[in-house]
Amino acid sequence: MNFDFTEEQNMLRDSVARFVQDDYNWDKRCAIAASEEGMSAENWQTFAELGWLSVPFAEEYGGFGGSAIDVMVLMEQFGKGLVLEPYLATVILFGGLLQKVGSEEQRNTLIPQIIEGGLQGAYAYLERQSRHELADVTTTASAGANGHVLNGEKVVVFNGMGADQFIVSARTSGEQNDEAGVSLFLVAAADVQRAGYQMMDGQRVANIVLKDAPGVLLGEEGAALPVMEDIAQDANLALCAEALGIMEKLNATTLEYTKTREQFGVTIGSFQALQHRMVETFMAYEQTRSMVYRALCALTNGEEDATTAMHALKVLVNRNGRLIFGEAIQMHGGMGLTDELDVGHYAKRLMMINTSFGDGDYHQTQFNERVYN
Amino acid sequence: MHTQFTAEELAFREEVRAFYKEAHTPELVERFSNPATMKDAIIEWQRKLYDQGWVAPNWPKEYGGTGWTDTQRFIFDSERSAAGARGVIPFGLSMVAPVIYTFGNEEQKARFLPRILKSEDWWCQGYSEPGAGSDLAALKTRAVRDGDDYIVNGAKIWTTYAQYADWIFCLVRTSTEGKRQEGISFLLIDMTTPGIKVNPIHSIDNHHSLNEVEFNDVRVPVANRIGEENKGWTYAKALLAHERTGIAGVADSKRNLANLKKRAAAEVNGGRSLLSDPLFQKRLSDVEIELMALEFTELRVLATVASGGAPGAESSMLKIKGTEIQQALQELNMDLAAYYQGVLPTDLNAEQLGHEFGSDARQSFMYGRAATIYGGSNEVQKNIIAKAVLGL
Repeated sequence: MNFDFTEEQNMLRDSVARFVQDDYNWDKRCAIAASEEGMSAENWQTFAELGWLSVPFAEEYGGFGGSAIDVMVLMEQFGKGLVLEPYLATVILFGGLLQKVGSEEQRNTLIPQIIEGGLQGAYAYLERQSRHELADVTTTASAGANGHVLNGEKVVVFNGMGADQFIVSARTSGEQNDEAGVSLFLVAAADVQRAGYQMMDGQRVANIVLKDAPGVLLGEEGAALPVMEDIAQDANLALCAEALGIMEKLNATTLEYTKTREQFGVTIGSFQALQHRMVETFMAYEQTRSMVYRALCALTNGEEDATTAMHALKVLVNRNGRLIFGEAIQMHGGMGLTDELDVGHYAKRLMMINTSFGDGDYHQTQFNERVYN
Repeated sequence: MHTQFTAEELAFREEVRAFYKEAHTPELVERFSNPATMKDAIIEWQRKLYDQGWVAPNWPKEYGGTGWTDTQRFIFDSERSAAGARGVIPFGLSMVAPVIYTFGNEEQKARFLPRILKSEDWWCQGYSEPGAGSDLAALKTRAVRDGDDYIVNGAKIWTTYAQYADWIFCLVRTSTEGKRQEGISFLLIDMTTPGIKVNPIHSIDNHHSLNEVEFNDVRVPVANRIGEENKGWTYAKALLAHERTGIAGVADSKRNLANLKKRAAAEVNGGRSLLSDPLFQKRLSDVEIELMALEFTELRVLATVASGGAPGAESSMLKIKGTEIQQALQELNMDLAAYYQGVLPTDLNAEQLGHEFGSDARQSFMYGRAATIYGGSNEVQKNIIAKAVLGL
């Protein structure tokens, strides 16, 4: 039994941690959030130079050949700095899907461009009615003389305004909620209409409208659902690792505050009622870390059903995230309500993580069906 | 024991219902939601209530109150909420006015109360300070006597709508001797007095309602002090109890719950509505059951007050349970909005966005964090119950 990271993983963690500390301080992060693009092209180039954009890709495409553990190590540090650059959208989702089901030619052409930092991608799978159900797809793709054309709309597409290319889910056969009949397509940004807006965690998203948009089939026609489930799991692991970094940061900030803020002539951390609540948030964080490790072991070693562990992880991140940010704001009192303090921003990111790729209730339902039915 | 309405009360309910339907127009609602038009719209709305004679149901009749029974007040508030209508801004009508008519002199009553009734003055509250939050008695803003004036120096924080206010009521320190609570006075300060500076505080709901108010050698006539010097804490405590009875927000929570159910029925996940989803049902009914109990807890407190008792530590319980329920409902609303819960105000309309309530859900969820902090944090309320009720 060994929960140590490898030397390489420690180096990766230290490298990301150093970047967040030295080059991504709070003022810089806020300036990026307020900018038109909501990300820094300069930082993206730094990520490329430091090799971070290559982490999950196989060596044959120029990647680092990293595992889920490597991604976790990186995302946890990103969480501490609330990094806004679209690592999830371009590398984990867009790049991840290419690596899973792209043709040899698609992989050989596109993955090296991602690794160099020259290609931004996005995964457009949500529809306005779909909520957390991956099979709820009404966008259609029909085969014509010159390949497929897509019609429909996708919403809340992460990195939707910055993307050069999209991977879009569309129905090639079947009815709205059918598991069979969903396919993935590569679609150029120039062939869609997009409308951008901003989320409370600083992310830039877009709704995209497809009107006879040409799409290149990615993977097997009509059989995309298992792939979509697979990529959702990868995304959730990355997001939960990010959440872990956020929780650690929130707990540390709050603990520090309770040790310095004085009321009634003493530090508020001296009150037993608050001490017990701080202990609860500490334990919530440790339990979340354990569940991240459990899911990682299941995914990388196949020691237990990884899907069950992933559902459990997302449930716990949701529950403990709400506890931790709720207490962080409450213990900071009025200060916790200010936009100026970073606490509220970490809280917003945790809420967005909770609702991305299935919320707590969704995953608990999946867990129940898998384990009890 | 009964909670049935009489025929007169039912007729009153119809009258109130009709008033809200006619007076609380969609045009007003639109203007409430825009920061540029909000202040004028609120004043216009409060004047409609004034013209109807209903703007101050909690005041004694002699000063312009309605002379209603508690049941009528309960009906009035329930109908307001059912209509989705806005309540009045509390700082003047519900907070400083009771202090003025209870502890102020005749001159102060004549000067301030009619203007509050007609919404001619906008009031804000100057209690909390950077170093005095839960521990309010730690406040340091000094008022030093100079002839017929006090000279005020210090800073107040979390002052809601100070940017609109004509007047601020403040707790200030007039003595540093003896118990901390015994050196505090209650002052009414004209916001146009030289030396006052309002600094905006942007909050986590991406709005600006909170402020810091600085006082630098601000001259305040002694005539603007309520009651006796160094007795301000007593007056403020009486006022805080008033603040807490309204804070349960039962009527608004009932309306929010009803809206949640409608939305939950319309939101479909994989062919099943959220309202029929077992996990969502459990979370919803957990809140609904607490709210059912709280409605009667509030009625019990009202009944005690009606039979001559004062709202004391019971109002702390209303505040704690009421705000917990409000926050639980806001959280459910966020989950209903799913991935739209984070949407910031945008130029896209609801049709382009594909969603109706995501941004509102975000705003009320984020600002809703304040409810367990302001008006005496829930931790302080628990201290009050522990001490005053349980004798611990």
